[in-house]
Amino acid sequence: MSEGDSVPEAPIAAIADAVKRFVTPEGGTVAALDGVTLEISKREFVTLLGPSGCGKTTLLRAISGFENLDEGEVRIGGEVMTDVPPHQRPVNTVFQNYALFPHLSVEGNVAYGLEVTGVPKRERVVRVGEALEMVGLSGYEKRRPDQLSGGQRQRVALSRAIVNRPSLLLLDEPLSALDRNLRQSMQLELKTLQHDLGICFLFVTHDQEEALTMSDRVVVLNQGRIEQSGTPEALYHRPSTRFVAAFIGDGSLFYGTIQGPSNDPHLQTEDGLRFRLAPGAPVGERTTLLLRPEHLELVPKDSGDGKGAIDARLEQSIFLGASRQLVCKLANGATVTAAPAGLGEKESDLVDGQAIQLAYRLDRPYLIPEPAHGG
Amino acid sequence: MAARRESRRLFTLLGPATLFLGVFFLGPLLVMIVYSFLAPGLYGGVVWEFYHWNYGRILGWADGEWEDFDPVYVQIFLRSARLALTNVLITLVICYPAALWVSRLSARWQTLVVFLITLPFFVSLVVRLFAWVLILRPSGFMNSALMSLGLINEPIDIIFTETAVLIGLAYVLLPFMFLPIYASVEKLDHSLLEASADLGAGPLKTFLRVTLPLTLPGIAAGSVLVFIPSLGNFIVPDLLGGAKVLMIGNLVEQQFLSARNWPFGAALSVMIMSVMFVLILVYIRRIGRKGVEA
Repeated sequence: MSEGDSVPEAPIAAIADAVKRFVTPEGGTVAALDGVTLEISKREFVTLLGPSGCGKTTLLRAISGFENLDEGEVRIGGEVMTDVPPHQRPVNTVFQNYALFPHLSVEGNVAYGLEVTGVPKRERVVRVGEALEMVGLSGYEKRRPDQLSGGQRQRVALSRAIVNRPSLLLLDEPLSALDRNLRQSMQLELKTLQHDLGICFLFVTHDQEEALTMSDRVVVLNQGRIEQSGTPEALYHRPSTRFVAAFIGDGSLFYGTIQGPSNDPHLQTEDGLRFRLAPGAPVGERTTLLLRPEHLELVPKDSGDGKGAIDARLEQSIFLGASRQLVCKLANGATVTAAPAGLGEKESDLVDGQAIQLAYRLDRPYLIPEPAHGG
Repeated sequence: MAARRESRRLFTLLGPATLFLGVFFLGPLLVMIVYSFLAPGLYGGVVWEFYHWNYGRILGWADGEWEDFDPVYVQIFLRSARLALTNVLITLVICYPAALWVSRLSARWQTLVVFLITLPFFVSLVVRLFAWVLILRPSGFMNSALMSLGLINEPIDIIFTETAVLIGLAYVLLPFMFLPIYASVEKLDHSLLEASADLGAGPLKTFLRVTLPLTLPGIAAGSVLVFIPSLGNFIVPDLLGGAKVLMIGNLVEQQFLSARNWPFGAALSVMIMSVMFVLILVYIRRIGRKGVEA
């Protein structure tokens, strides 16, 4: 993932201050994109992640040319795309519903882009063969889309897009129609394909697991704005907003003020909970603490020395095979989930409703540096 | 057991329709075919003896002893076919862009337009055609409007010409072209057009390679639905073509009502019907099934 870091290259695509407003049926306007700036570099696998209506599909369509921006601009390969119609843009899209041409065979679908741009027949045949082989559909040339399974259609859509060798491939929730197993294997295949082709993928999804699995970089969108852009690890461990923290992964958020001496500070929430923090936390600031399940372990009463300790009541102990999840209630009624590493016998002896003590290493919880109004 | 109950239910459901069509559609058709092989009575009616000269008169084996072969029937037939085909083209050229346009309107406007297109059916065909006579005749609305605008000095002599017949046929059959095309255009998946553009095809290429092939079933259905009634039409040429434009439908009408030669009229009808039958067969074989799949 770090191979591109050393050589700074011109971005393949750059979106600057993109604003797109839509008129709602009620007559108001809503900004699907509200000042989005984004650069995508060569060979990058970027995922746009966000809940439905966050503007991710609008951004994709602005790049492919099916939406015109109200403000801002899209550049691809350094050129401003504002007046370039979709069919002249050097990008290809894998559509959510695949949008395969029902009247053409698999071969005809894949060859379509080459035919309309005047690629000679001989080259066409070779490239279509290659593109189909890449997605594992050799031998299906003469089939029609309605004779294929969902996964196969997905592959045709993919090979129809990559056969044109776009500098940027746009994927609009391409896996959402597939069942879970197929989706997971396609995730890996897509990642491999992107690596082999060496082109940029801009992938849109609302599925955080999908985003974390495949991407070099994830861009989290919310209400038309970029919440955070970073590697999956950065997003997971160091979310810059409460929204990102809540959207990605499991975890509990506690909002409060940092108090106490700077060599042993703690976070005081308004409803009376205290969380010990590592020395050096900015005393006096209002902030949000993120506790992930894997931060928490089960400890004997009053033994959490040098750690942060939380008194909790066990609600439910869920056996997951490789691990066990402890769903606990805190004094203020908040729920936290602990997923202690390793399978201690002590966890299996627990009784629901029992008072337990959870502890975390002081360097593990993350303080979200968000302005006070955030959330 | 289940299969038997199923088939009994199917029989009960389809029975009435089958009976009705059998008695009132197939029956007359059979009468027509039988009559076409009978001899004409001296004062109308038929004489019950096998008589193939009806077809001989049309197709050329009449020897002049009983009946005369006259190439005029084939000529009228060909002219009717030409007019019907021209009408298919006219309605197609008008309806295809219109259907594309309507399919892009909002749902409410679409319903309204489709309603407006079916509106003429509420008024008798004959009344509507007389309206066209009023519009097209030398002192009619069209000519007086053009003359008062100073565009022409003399009335255009359009009524009782082929042009008038074509205007009438196109007017009468326009909905039959529009509705099937609209149905196929309307269900065209918009994302396919985007996919085509995305793959590098401009608007024209997208139209030729995606829109047109996918709406072909609608075009075919519309063409058949317009061609067949055009071919057999006799009211439009009667009212707008006057005595000058005779179509095969008028010929049949004359044989039954004026000449009182029922067998010959029946033979002409059977000729028309065979052409239509072949056309429909081709349509079902070639496109009908594809249309169902799509």
